[in-house]
Amino acid sequence: MKYKGKFGEYGGFYVPEVLMPALEELEEAFYKYYQDKEFVTQLNKLLGDYAGRPTPLYYAARFSERLGLKVFLKREDLLHGGAHKVNNTLGQGLLAKFMGKTKLIAETGAGQHGLATAMIGALFGFDTKIFMGTTDIERQSVNVHKMKLCGAEVIPVEGGTGTLKDAINDALRYWTANVTDTFYLFGSACGPHPYPTVVRHFQSCIGKETRRQCLEKIGSLPDMVVACVGGGSNAIGIFSGFLGDKDVRLIGVEAGGEGIKTGKHAASLVAGRIGVLHGSKAYLLQDEQGQVLETESVSAGLDYPAVGPEHCLLKDTGRAEYVEADDDDVLDAFELLSKSEGILPALESAHALAYLCSVKESLSPDITAVVNLSGRGDKDVGIVEKYRPVMTK
Amino acid sequence: MTTYKETFGKLNRAALIPFFVIGDPDFETSLSVVKSAIDAGADVLELGIPFSDPIADGPTIQKADIRALNAGMTVRKALDFIKRVTDYKSIPIGLLVYYNLVYQYGTEKFLKDFKAAGGSSVLVADLSIDDSDEIAGPAKEAGLETVFMITPVTTDERAERIAEKTTGFIYTVSLLGVTGERASLSNMVKPLVTKLKTLTDVPVCVGFGVSSPQHAKAIAAAGADGVIIGSRIVKMIEDNLNDKQKMQSEISVFITQVKSVLE
Repeated sequence: MKYKGKFGEYGGFYVPEVLMPALEELEEAFYKYYQDKEFVTQLNKLLGDYAGRPTPLYYAARFSERLGLKVFLKREDLLHGGAHKVNNTLGQGLLAKFMGKTKLIAETGAGQHGLATAMIGALFGFDTKIFMGTTDIERQSVNVHKMKLCGAEVIPVEGGTGTLKDAINDALRYWTANVTDTFYLFGSACGPHPYPTVVRHFQSCIGKETRRQCLEKIGSLPDMVVACVGGGSNAIGIFSGFLGDKDVRLIGVEAGGEGIKTGKHAASLVAGRIGVLHGSKAYLLQDEQGQVLETESVSAGLDYPAVGPEHCLLKDTGRAEYVEADDDDVLDAFELLSKSEGILPALESAHALAYLCSVKESLSPDITAVVNLSGRGDKDVGIVEKYRPVMTK
Repeated sequence: MTTYKETFGKLNRAALIPFFVIGDPDFETSLSVVKSAIDAGADVLELGIPFSDPIADGPTIQKADIRALNAGMTVRKALDFIKRVTDYKSIPIGLLVYYNLVYQYGTEKFLKDFKAAGGSSVLVADLSIDDSDEIAGPAKEAGLETVFMITPVTTDERAERIAEKTTGFIYTVSLLGVTGERASLSNMVKPLVTKLKTLTDVPVCVGFGVSSPQHAKAIAAAGADGVIIGSRIVKMIEDNLNDKQKMQSEISVFITQVKSVLE
């Protein structure tokens, strides 16, 4: 490896020896192409024409009125595929193409990354396999159908709780056996180096655009930028645009599940300890021995016991704050945005909204907050109906 | 404690190295099984501490990890287990462990306690040579030997660096993939062992997918110093969970068979 892939003490590449050549190959290719003129031109064209960038920064007037502060939504939910995930899959997919790979694998939780990978698999003519936990297949069945329609094979993973962690385990095992011809298109800003750096780079368009749009629309930078954090790709994408703006508060919202005290949550930065999982040192939900704990969240996309290494560093340095939102508050926020703006947020993104709802009393009315609306909630309608039958009647 | 050098040096044949998950399916049964494997002729033991997310392992060892964890295995108990084994017989024990368990216990303390229990070497499944400083220094300090993996896709340049850092033996992964039984032996074994033998003098052992006495024989014929058999044996535990007598005897018979083809 050329670089250590460390963010402070976090990150690194804690993987079996067999995966090292593939990670080295990826690192080399990333640094060779990410600023290459031809690569950047092709990627920007695809981000515009295929994915729909730039996405709007929308002033949510009625939602703002309900909260008593000014809330702008970065509309990543309007991207093709319905989430920010396509920024990364186009980037890595194009990288795979430049590297001459023809087979893709990916893990998915909510199915958004799986769908975004399946889409570009079709776009570039790759042979695509998506690993997905059986619990997630059940709760995100619409996305499973979409992936299959795009020609991807969806491989059910039964181990553990059948969620994102287990999907990553099996994708890594498959990659181990097929490492010579298969590109692993990792979905979040975690995992072994160089993935946290690669994913951050391809998601940094969110932050760059948002900062520029703030200056154009508001005439100043926002007081706070809020994003949900599972592995942390949409959050690091938007935060990256504001890291140098010390007066802008950066707030990451993790999945509080049924509440931190119940132990049924997925808030690794809020309640975890430093550990090593999936190739990276990071805050991790684990027992005293170091066995990884099962997580719980209403949103499949945040249901993960670890988190990206850069977020760990941002927490330690205090540059970003990390909090959690419970399932109940998330469902309230989902309802509030739907009713006030006619925008159904993904349950993942609704965590960021729920945080604002929970602190609205303590914020002055002239506070400006940007929320990364990382995905749309169509995929979650069934879940919301299950938890809140009255809402959809 | 017997060192690997002594062990491999004394044998005029390939060493037989069975692998077990410590505490599979429970502490006492696991201990009896390991003891009977020693009695049946194991030259070295490779023991694994169960982990919740063993990414280098296939379904058979994943299930064994879950059985052991459900039966209450902890890192502390695993070290006690090793002590009980070395009390029974002085035999080199290589440990296979995932990094988070070592890290949470405290790397230096872990290695010291493992050494005190009679262990010989530690192989961290998810720590490559690039991060070997986190383990190699403290391991040497504790008086342990180092074992690292080399796979069919390891470049010659990496293989040389790995061999340099290895004092115990090179764990040669015979195929691309995770642990698990395979019908036929990987055709990568022979060229890989031949190459490693030109690179280094440290013993070269071969594991992953070794499933029959015939496989073991072919590995020995390829010039390897040791044959590691894991999933095939762990499967015998899984298949006989309701009959511990049969579990033990099947494993003993299998080890005796493999031993006889190596002799």
